[in-house]
Amino acid sequence: MNWQLLPQFVVTGLLLGGPLALNALGIVLIFKSTYIFNFAQGQMLLLGALTTWWFAVVLGFPLWISIIFALILSAILGFLIERVTLRPLTGQHLLVIILMTLGLSQVLQGLALLLFGSVQRNFPQIFSTTAPYRITTPFIFNDNNIVIILKQNLVWSFVIAILGVLIISALFRFTRIGLTMRGTSEDHELAQSIGININRVFGISWALAGIVATTAGVLLATSSGLDMSLSVVVLAAFPVVLLGGLDSIPGTIVGGLIIGVSMGIVSASKVPIVRDMAEIVPYVLLLIVLLIRPEGLFGQKRIERI
Amino acid sequence: MAILRPAGDFDTTYAHDLRTIRQPWQWAVLIAFIIALYTLPFYANQSIVSLVNRIGITIIAVQGLSILTGYTGQISLGQAAFMTAGGYISALLVTRLGWSFFIALPAAALGAGLIGLLFGLPSLRVKGFYLAMSTLAAQFIIPWFTRNAFPDILNGAQGLNVPVPVLFGLEFNTPQRYIYITITVLIITTIAAYNITRSRLGRAFVAIRDHDLAAELLGVNPFRYKLQAFFLASMFAGIAGSLAVHNIRHLNSETFNLIDSIIFLGMLIIGGLGSNLGPIFGAIIVELLIEWATLFGPFFITIFPTTASGAVQALRPLFFGTTLILFLIFEPRGLAHRWQLIKAAWRLRPFSH
Repeated sequence: MNWQLLPQFVVTGLLLGGPLALNALGIVLIFKSTYIFNFAQGQMLLLGALTTWWFAVVLGFPLWISIIFALILSAILGFLIERVTLRPLTGQHLLVIILMTLGLSQVLQGLALLLFGSVQRNFPQIFSTTAPYRITTPFIFNDNNIVIILKQNLVWSFVIAILGVLIISALFRFTRIGLTMRGTSEDHELAQSIGININRVFGISWALAGIVATTAGVLLATSSGLDMSLSVVVLAAFPVVLLGGLDSIPGTIVGGLIIGVSMGIVSASKVPIVRDMAEIVPYVLLLIVLLIRPEGLFGQKRIERI
Repeated sequence: MAILRPAGDFDTTYAHDLRTIRQPWQWAVLIAFIIALYTLPFYANQSIVSLVNRIGITIIAVQGLSILTGYTGQISLGQAAFMTAGGYISALLVTRLGWSFFIALPAAALGAGLIGLLFGLPSLRVKGFYLAMSTLAAQFIIPWFTRNAFPDILNGAQGLNVPVPVLFGLEFNTPQRYIYITITVLIITTIAAYNITRSRLGRAFVAIRDHDLAAELLGVNPFRYKLQAFFLASMFAGIAGSLAVHNIRHLNSETFNLIDSIIFLGMLIIGGLGSNLGPIFGAIIVELLIEWATLFGPFFITIFPTTASGAVQALRPLFFGTTLILFLIFEPRGLAHRWQLIKAAWRLRPFSH
């Protein structure tokens, strides 16, 4: 263990947990109301980032207008996906629905490649990259206080991600549509029988997930550049979802932070093979969670009857 | 539908009742088909032979997935990872220990099966979607292991060069020769898959798929049979992986990836779940689609000039994904079901019911 590097890696890991939580939020939003696990979230994120880039760089709109346009487009995309591909499968068994979102992920990836090509792009910078924040910690190494360097884009991504999760939680807690969404997540048929239009709830959930995906896409693209591999980052959010609980919105923050910090701790190791483990730590944690507590930290346990 | 038989086909003995191939003409067609496959190198050109080679290997992997997902109902996103495991085991046995490929192949099947058991363990606690996640973990952990562990043996991200199989001095170094191995193994695995699914084992699998709690109450031990399904599926994957790496003669952690696992599942759906014809139909259709994507690439470049480099890469997922979505919406029971309907319609002709 590189003790003098540990604080830096832990804090960086913590910050990386923010975007992870945001990706997990998109998946949980859809799962909570529709019981569909969206494997295409990564491709929605990629398309969101690409449309923002297209509006901002190719058409030359100011960045904030481009982001608003992209958010609207991604909400429409999410709505359309639900209406066209998943509505016909209502009531089908799990494998069919999982495969539908996997198929969607392939189609969207193909579309992104066809329309935008596979070149690496420079995404407009939102946050300054030259002046990172510095924090002096009370830990002392070689008679000097350990200084943690924080990139601005990481800090702000983290803040926006946490804000996003809080806004969605508030939406679920305090608004009427949030109430209908919570009702739908309890039981589809019951919700319908008391007059909730569950098709509308499904559509809104997907549209919200599209907005969340685009937000995450823009944040990731400013900090790590924009190319086709952007969709892969969401794969690391699956363990976050399961750790926090599939239907728990606060769980996404806790899960994201736990996974981010454990990746940070592992990267601080001195042994190369342990350091390389950082990329599979989420999945090892996933296996442990599945074996010990399959419903996750905050998830609802469901009892099955014949 | 399956019980709809042609006129005059009755069971007179128990042995007759158990037969899969019931009529003399069915034997004749089957043998003619197998002869046609074995003589393929004499009248088809190299690209077709290597395509058939690839399809054959894919069918074996999908047959394994069919036992696990189609019959036992355990969704697996890790079939390609178990192919990687099988490929590495076989390649290491041949290069490091000097074993013959024909001994390394069953050893790879066994080794991949044992690794599959390990990742099937969570099936005790979780099912459905959660199990898909744990097999997804296999899809990340196994390639990571081959990339980072024992770099002096596994050669890290570079991967291994795999020698061609040799039998009694005959080198299987071209697709025209390799196809004999593929077809022979494919026939063995097809017979195995048919017999697994119509025996006690297969009936237990179906009981677990239809309702695992109910099956447990009826005396089917779900854990034992789920693990057996994982073992069998990974064995088939190991065989397919071993065959594939000795064919392309190179192997690294990216040779079989997550996209392959997704495509195998898609093939299973397109072919038909819970049917032994399903993997064969599905693998053929999807491999042909992917082949067409390669042919259509240059044509699409003229329409979308911005994507000159990525047209072929873009068309593969696009073709596959669109086909999968259309099948899920309009024919969720797959081509095997459609085939049963066509056969039934033919037998009932000229009546419609």
